[in-house]
Amino acid sequence: MTKSTESWGSRVGLVLAMAGNAVGFGNFLRFPVQAVQNGGGAFIIPYLVSFLLMGIPLLFIEWSSGRFGGKFGHHSTPFIMQSMDRRKLWKYVGVFGIFSNIAIAAYYCYIESWTISYIIHSVIGTFDGMSQHAVAAFFSDYLYISTTTTGIPYEALIFFVICIALNAWILSKGLSSGIEKVAMIGMPLLIIFGIFLAYKGITLKAGVHGAINDGTVGLNFLWTPDFSSLANPKVWLAAAGQIFFTLSVGMGSIQCYASYLKKREDVALNAMSAGWMNEFVEVVLGSAVIIPIGIGYLGIDKVVELTNIGGLGLGFRTMPYLFEQWGPVLSAVAGLAFFGLLFFAGITSSLAMGTPGMGFMMDEFKWSRPRSAWVFGFVVMILGLPTIFFFNEGVFDEYDYWAGTVSLVVFALLEAILFSWVFGLDKGWKEITEGADIKVPLVYRFIIKYITPVALILVFTGALLRPANDDWSKVSFGGWPLHNESILGQLQHKGAGPNNQWFSQSFYAEASGIVDSVYSTPGDKFFFRTSAVDNSGKVNNKVYQYTPVRHQLLIEKGDIVTTGQVVYIGKVINRVFYMDMARLLLLTIFLLISVLVYIAWRNRTNERRTGI
Amino acid sequence: MNTPALIMMISVEAVITYLTVWFFYKVLTIKPKPEPDSFSENDEEQR
Repeated sequence: MTKSTESWGSRVGLVLAMAGNAVGFGNFLRFPVQAVQNGGGAFIIPYLVSFLLMGIPLLFIEWSSGRFGGKFGHHSTPFIMQSMDRRKLWKYVGVFGIFSNIAIAAYYCYIESWTISYIIHSVIGTFDGMSQHAVAAFFSDYLYISTTTTGIPYEALIFFVICIALNAWILSKGLSSGIEKVAMIGMPLLIIFGIFLAYKGITLKAGVHGAINDGTVGLNFLWTPDFSSLANPKVWLAAAGQIFFTLSVGMGSIQCYASYLKKREDVALNAMSAGWMNEFVEVVLGSAVIIPIGIGYLGIDKVVELTNIGGLGLGFRTMPYLFEQWGPVLSAVAGLAFFGLLFFAGITSSLAMGTPGMGFMMDEFKWSRPRSAWVFGFVVMILGLPTIFFFNEGVFDEYDYWAGTVSLVVFALLEAILFSWVFGLDKGWKEITEGADIKVPLVYRFIIKYITPVALILVFTGALLRPANDDWSKVSFGGWPLHNESILGQLQHKGAGPNNQWFSQSFYAEASGIVDSVYSTPGDKFFFRTSAVDNSGKVNNKVYQYTPVRHQLLIEKGDIVTTGQVVYIGKVINRVFYMDMARLLLLTIFLLISVLVYIAWRNRTNERRTGI
Repeated sequence: MNTPALIMMISVEAVITYLTVWFFYKVLTIKPKPEPDSFSENDEEQR
């Protein structure tokens, strides 16, 4: 195999590209939500412990594995792993390192495309004068791709295609002329935008521009330690999970970037610099934007309620309305800064997702970089279409769960075992420290060999067997009810409730309550909503969509429905159908990449046999 | 802000900011290593 002549243009460029790979939407949208839901200030303790015991070791493992594989001309995980141990199994384990990047890019680019759209809408003043409800409804409408907010038909789809074309074009320019340039421009801008928004968030004053709280109230809420939460396994699992997602470990993109390093170039200092830069953006800037501003205008209870719909909802449904309180000019600047920040966070990550698959095709099938880049864009577009057309049917969430969550944990666990126990820590430690510009503490030998694999096994087992309501006291040898989002719970469609068939002639109520509204929205979409108050006094609403031409509604406003009661009849395709199809599609992609890896391996074997 | 929250926030953010700046400063200031000057040093490692 020929060696690649490509390399990084500068060390700073590499570190910023790696930091950009790690910094993503999660830094600003996921971290603060996780912190709020897991004990505020006390969350940071398990979070930092996870960073030291799992995050930094995985960074060392992935950077040094990548540079090691690069010596043999490999730029993707199947053959990087194969170069560390000759057993055939490893190259198929390495398939995760291409698969997860492609599958994540498919829905990640969709979110990235929202940021482009929202930058435009913020600048042209679309949100001026809108109520909070109208801004939230704007996002919901945007997700129904047949509606338009700019006059451009199918604009969500068009922005998605533009976003992918932009990614493919940058990738086609190469490492130093494409990815590195974007990182050199995007990362400083992202930090400047983040500092501006953090300043605005912290200096928010109650009574000014309609704020009901000072910005410090949000910080107080986020940072007040609740040490009792440290005894809760849920908090530790959430913290470990956040470290995973924020560092982009377990994906294969770090190995790919590092594989373009020269043999004696440092990995230890570079890994630390990129890793801590990500932490700075997440903890220092990420904690000072949406929570302080959100609590400043909406109060603690409302923000806690909104965190239950996740960071994406908070960012896109709520933030534009809050910025509007600052007046038309400043709101446009704040919208540009916030969605611009998210755009740069997104694109520096999605570019990293393109490189492993491209590296594989360039190494093994001798494709040119532009060809690899445009084919990557095309594949991501095709794979992303189901997440756009069937977003409300749960396809987006399926991609995120299986490719963006489970795959990462499985791959990280297996690569940690390969590095520490199969490749061997003596050789591994030599790879980490060779050419190092800092002294790596010896304690990391012990941590990488024992602590990190055990921590990863615990994270995986926790995700596999997570109990209902996160009540770990219920776990026993006699069995326990599973959480809907546990891996086993997902496989059993535990969250589907009574509508657990692919097709049906009846649709059943998924929650008890009173039907408080039956309504339609522009674009001929029809809904009804049930409402119920739980024991803690919290109001739980459930919204159902139906299609009058196909469905006959059996309830009307004011009716009381119970879970499992038929609410309409007619031809019904349930969410589980779309979810299973999404899983099947992801599995097919994984198998197709495995076949390509097999063909590449066979080609390599033939070349050796014929002396090429 | 209450005192425990303030202590927690300032201490965590100070440590993270210090380490971020320190590592990045090192990246900016450490001179690149010279290229290998012998054939043996330039040889690729055998698996």
